[in-house]
Amino acid sequence: MTTTDLPRVDAAPSPEEPTTWTGKIRALWMRELPPEKMLPETQPKYVSSWIYVFGMLTIVSLIVIIVTGIVLTIGGVQWWHTSSFGHYMNSLHFWSVQMFFLFMTVHLWGKFWMSAWRGRRAMTWITGAIAMIMSIATAFTGYLIQTNFNSQWIAFESKDVLNSVGMGALINVTDFGQMVLMHVALLPLCVGVIVVMHVLLVRYRGVVPPAEAIDHAHTVAITEVAS
Amino acid sequence: MIGIAALDHPADYFTWGIWSISAPNLILFAILVLLFVGALLLPFPKGGEHK
Amino acid sequence: MMSLRHAPTQDLDSRPWDGPTRHYDIFKEGAIALVIVTVLVAALAAIFSSPDDKQLTFKSWAQSSPDSMYTTMVAELAGTSDTYNYGPPYNNNSEGLSVGPIAMQKWMGVTHPINASQDFVIKPLESQTMSADVKAAVDQWNAATPEQQTQWASNYDTALNDAAGANGDPAKVPTGDYGPTSVLAQAVVDMAKTGAYDGAIMQGQFFSTDQTKQMLLMGDGSYMDDIATTDNLQGNTWGMVNEAGSWPGQMWLAPFSFWYQLPAFNNTDPNNTFAQTLTDNADAIIFAIMMVVVLIFVFVPFIPGLRSVPKWIPVSRLVWKDYYREYGRR
Repeated sequence: MTTTDLPRVDAAPSPEEPTTWTGKIRALWMRELPPEKMLPETQPKYVSSWIYVFGMLTIVSLIVIIVTGIVLTIGGVQWWHTSSFGHYMNSLHFWSVQMFFLFMTVHLWGKFWMSAWRGRRAMTWITGAIAMIMSIATAFTGYLIQTNFNSQWIAFESKDVLNSVGMGALINVTDFGQMVLMHVALLPLCVGVIVVMHVLLVRYRGVVPPAEAIDHAHTVAITEVAS
Repeated sequence: MIGIAALDHPADYFTWGIWSISAPNLILFAILVLLFVGALLLPFPKGGEHK
Repeated sequence: MMSLRHAPTQDLDSRPWDGPTRHYDIFKEGAIALVIVTVLVAALAAIFSSPDDKQLTFKSWAQSSPDSMYTTMVAELAGTSDTYNYGPPYNNNSEGLSVGPIAMQKWMGVTHPINASQDFVIKPLESQTMSADVKAAVDQWNAATPEQQTQWASNYDTALNDAAGANGDPAKVPTGDYGPTSVLAQAVVDMAKTGAYDGAIMQGQFFSTDQTKQMLLMGDGSYMDDIATTDNLQGNTWGMVNEAGSWPGQMWLAPFSFWYQLPAFNNTDPNNTFAQTLTDNADAIIFAIMMVVVLIFVFVPFIPGLRSVPKWIPVSRLVWKDYYREYGRR
């Protein structure tokens, strides 16, 4: 038996019903996502393919992106043009973004072909898809704040897209200050929150079983009856 | 550019009708496909079975 | 216990897994992955570096192609520039783009007003110490009616760009009723050559984080556009996914960039009015298409047909080949 199969009442052994909001939320948390379910030491045996490592690779790429991004933030927006260490930090940021999207795409293809939304896991797919779209928006604003020819050209071209649908009135890609705030504050926060939700949902619902998995409980029951 | 082999030179482009892709993008796309196919086909280490 | 937990096979996907398990250590996996990715990225960065083409300035424009800047300034005065005719959110000189009857660009209104002749020519000149002839030209311009201003500048713009006449060469423009147009345009180019225009266009802002005016003006001329063409960055040649030099670009924008390559959004046949409408409104229509694509992507689990593709093409048997080999398929 895996720990997730424990009867639910055992997960929150409380003699009295909690009365505070805090107590109720804790009880709900302990019932729905107890620590042994959130950080399990076992996985279903079908989790046996290299395709499963690409979610983790995407997350660690994101960690490298965030760490190098923080260093670039401390240096300031123009620092990397004049400091060779800054330029290397920019290169790390650049390549970790390339790896991030590379790994995320493999992860996405894998989850599509596994139809990983089966078994009430649609929200896991949806949060993953939104995370990808938010990441694209974040990467886009990153290109806008390089303070070089690239950002000038991308701002000039992309303004037409946003203006054409009226969004330019609110989000001005040629406003460097606005794009800096979006790229280093607002959008990473959005990506971070949605990625955390995505990972929690993976743990909450568990890894999707094989599309043609056999019913082990049923098989065992039949075997026991037969013997 | 700081880098042992900085890519600061014009890229080759492959164009078929409306389709066009730069050599670096094509290489990255090939790696993407290879990673996906490799992840499906390469044997995954066994062990650590519980029951 | 067994009878209590017995559930029909259809629920197999949603109930907690009660089959065989194997050892798993998420933190160990994460630590190994972090080391691998860090080493990989550190190597890629050290070997290949990252792109950083120097920013363009009005100084570099004026010095490398003064004629292009001069022509652009004349266009700003005459009201023939892209910025002057852009429409919202910069001005009301056109209606902007729409998707059928939905004209969001127009409806959202002018939020970042730009008066091309004033903001790009007159005000920057006035912000500096002017020579006597430039001051006289600015005074003459300001004293004239808007109709007169447009008349002067349009006359000059037409003469300057006359392919059979001057063809872009200011020295070959025949005499005419141009008012101070050429003096004003030349004054801006002269100022830009010294680097003063890069500050003057900000019009005394101490905290200057909004480059809307600079970006629009920079794009009105051929200077930036030509560099982008050389670097394969134009939108209708997959420029959105390309990068200067030999670095990889934003490949993740390929599904967006794709639509800009279609002939319907690059119409050159004036008789094909439908294609011309698509081309004129390409940005808005492609954005709308992408909204639909995004919705399909996000809601794949609920879209009949699409969600069954993995069932029809069982690529997943490769993912679970170890499991199926040991336990068989249902």
